[in-house]
Order: sequence, then structure tokens, then C-alpha cells
Amino acid sequence: MARTIIPFGPQHQVFPEPIHLKLVLEDEIVKEVVPALGYVHRGLEMLADVRDFHQMIQICERVCGICSTIHAQCYCQGIEELMGIEIPDRARFLRVIWAEIHRVQSHLLWLGLFADAFGFESLFMQCWKIREKIMDINEATGGNRVNPSINIIGGVKRDMNPDMAQWVLTQLDLVEKEVNHLEKVLLNDYTVKKRTVGKGVLTREKAMELGAVGPTLRGSGVEQDIRQIGYAAYGELAHRPVVGIDGDAYSRNRVRFLETLQAIALVREAVSKLPAGDISVKVKGKPEGEVVTRVEQPRGELMYYIKGNGGKNLDRLRIRTPTFANIPPLLSMLPGIELADVPVIVLSIDPCISCTER
Amino acid sequence: MFDMTPNILRNFFHKSSTRLYPKETRQAFGNARGELYNEIEACIFCRTCARKCPSQCITVDTKEATWQCDPFVCVYCGVCVENCPKKCLHQKNDYRKPVTDKEIIFMKGETKKKKCEGDPQET
Repeated sequence: MARTIIPFGPQHQVFPEPIHLKLVLEDEIVKEVVPALGYVHRGLEMLADVRDFHQMIQICERVCGICSTIHAQCYCQGIEELMGIEIPDRARFLRVIWAEIHRVQSHLLWLGLFADAFGFESLFMQCWKIREKIMDINEATGGNRVNPSINIIGGVKRDMNPDMAQWVLTQLDLVEKEVNHLEKVLLNDYTVKKRTVGKGVLTREKAMELGAVGPTLRGSGVEQDIRQIGYAAYGELAHRPVVGIDGDAYSRNRVRFLETLQAIALVREAVSKLPAGDISVKVKGKPEGEVVTRVEQPRGELMYYIKGNGGKNLDRLRIRTPTFANIPPLLSMLPGIELADVPVIVLSIDPCISCTER
Repeated sequence: MFDMTPNILRNFFHKSSTRLYPKETRQAFGNARGELYNEIEACIFCRTCARKCPSQCITVDTKEATWQCDPFVCVYCGVCVENCPKKCLHQKNDYRKPVTDKEIIFMKGETKKKKCEGDPQET
């Protein structure tokens, strides 16, 4: 049969956000993929010209709704490095706690969306039901459900008293118990395996060559995670990246499921080691110079380039998000698979399009 | 093959995970950042909140002694509350209720006669 071009997206029931893929098919088999991005570009980086560097925290937080705290943390970390600010130990641990709580909610959201991509509606609802507890933790500790807005330059703006920390741990115990109930379904169920095992294989070499990041990279067997460099308080916590072997959609699913449990364990450890003391230091002066700073988002490595000129506005802010890095690997996974498997493979990289287009 | 069945049965015998909103609502958390309000009697109209607001939802007129906020632009970050020199800005724990028309919160106070700290018009 002659080649057919099928437009996949920008509006498609499997996509939470708009991305357009032109699929060149031959007898239901994908031969070539041409991506088109730019549907949700908001020009957030340009706002650095008109908002001062303190106000940019809230704007960076809104680059992505799902990993908002981690964006703000990365930005604050960069500005602190530029201005030579050493944040208190307690603030470093609190940043880890909120970042890991965010990772749990992001992974639960993805596990639900992934289940939805292959038509497992009850599993989707179950994952999102568990996620509600995390949203409550965000609201009770940070103040807001989605954008807790706790990071400031020089530390964090909210403390966690022992009672609150204990309540968070109790809630996380419940979350862990419910996530464990889903282990059999997510890792052993016939439907899940049938739709994911051997689909969208990304070999270790290819993942390295194309610069994959996060669970997409770790699912292909590469033990690489920015948390290994020990930013914030990760250097003082027992953390080892979760790695898959096969590099298929199932492997990426397994990595994210195990990372959810690992993130809960990291919160527990951070709470137990939480040092006493101040939560922020006073900031004086303006950022000058340039810096590149990295953190590990639920989707992978997030990179901020910040250039300050000694004034209240930044000269340049450039954000490289993990989905941007994972699009070339996605394009290499798709050729050779059936059209019906495309939604599952696309979802398996956890695409965050608003993030990518900023 | 039937790995999801125990979860479905568990849900079946547990109480509902959802509420009959808006009939039934959850009590707001004590730390939650909700609706913004201003104690206008204490306000000195120094414009700190308007300057610090990342979404620029607050407009202050020092001469006329007016303070207005567009609640649909507010992002509930709490920066204005933290920076208010007179501590007259507060946030409730509850969010604003949905409305059918857009509205602006408009407040008018009294013009201060004596010198006020931070007032750019009089210092």
C-alpha cells in the first residue's frame, strides 16, 4: 500500500497537552515521524526582562504545573550560586521533602495517564485517587495544591513543625500502602504487559547517543540521575537511581512505579534527618554573572541558564526541560511500530509539552 | 489476569472517595493561602504590595487612598502579605467561590495626613 500521512494530535484524547506528530504509515506500520511543536508557547523566558529576579520565582514555578516546586528550586539554586548565598541546612532538607512529595504526585499522575493510554480506566482512576492525598499534603504544608510557592532566594518560606511532619509521614504511609496495592496490576497484569512489553524499545546506546534523560534513560539501563551530584540535601541521603533493563514502555513504567516508592522513602529519611535552625537567610545585592544549574525533575534533568547584569532584571533566562531532551529518543522509538501502539509509546516518555515550549 | 479485582472490591466496600460538592465541602487547611483581603483602615497605601506582586493584580492610588485587586489575576502566592509593612493584608484559608461575573475588589480608605513610612508621595 502507498504511504499515508496521518496527523496525530495536536488534539488527541491521549494527550493532556497539544503536540502534533505527522505519522508516515505503510500498512499500519509507522515509517517516519515528523514532530511539530509550538502550540502552547507562552514566552515565559522573556518575562525575565520585565519582572525582577524575585518575582521570577513564581513565573518559573508556572513553567510546569506538575513539577512546579522543582522549577522554582532550580531557579533559586541558580540565583543563590550567582550571588554566593549559602542556604541553611534545614532549608536544604525542606527543599528535598517538597521536591520528593512533588515527584510522588507527578509519577502517580503519569501512571494514571499511562493506564488511560491503553484503556485501563479503573487503574487510571485509582492512581488519581491516591494522588489526591499528595495534593492535600501540598495544600496543608505549602499553602496551595499545585504551586506551593515555598522556595525563595535564600531558603524556603515555610517551616515544617514536628506535628506537621508527623502528619505528612502518616499520610505518606497511607499513600504507600495504596500504591503497593497497585504493584501487581502495574507490573504483572496481563493487559498492561500485553500493551507495553517490547513496545517502543530504546537501547542503552541509542539513549546515550540521543541524550535521553530521566526515567526514559534509566529505563534503558543507564544509572544516571542528577540527584547523584548531591544538590540540596541529596548528598546526605541514601539515594540510588532505579534502573530498568529492557528499554521498552514496560521498563519505563516499572522505573516510575519504583521511583514513587523511593521518593516516599526519601521523604521519610529527610524528615528523620531534618536539622534544627533557620529556614532562610537574608538576601542582599543583585545577581551578576552567568550560571548553569541542574536538578532532577520527575521527567529527568532540568537545566536553567541564568545571566545577570547586576540589575534587578536578568539579562537572560533559558530553561531546558526534560521533555525537550526526550523528543529525539521518542522519534527514534516510533518507526517500526503499529499505529495502535503510538499513544502508549508517546505517553511512555511522560511528555510535558507546556514545559517544553515554556 | 484479575489483578485489579481486589482493588475494585476494596473500593466497593469502602466509603466514597468523592464528595457531593458543593453540598458537602472539606474544611480548609489552616495553612492554605486563599482569598486576599485588606484591612483598609490600617493600610498606608505605600504600594509595596503592588510592586512586589508577580502577577501585578494589585493597583494602589496613594493620592486617592484606593486599593484594588483583580482576584482573577491573583495567583495566591502570598508575596504581598509577607511584604506588607503594616501587616494589614491577609489571606483567608478558603478559596473564592465561583462567580458568574468578573469583579474587581475595590477599597477606599482615608488619606493619611501625617508622614507615613514608605509613602513615596510624602517622604
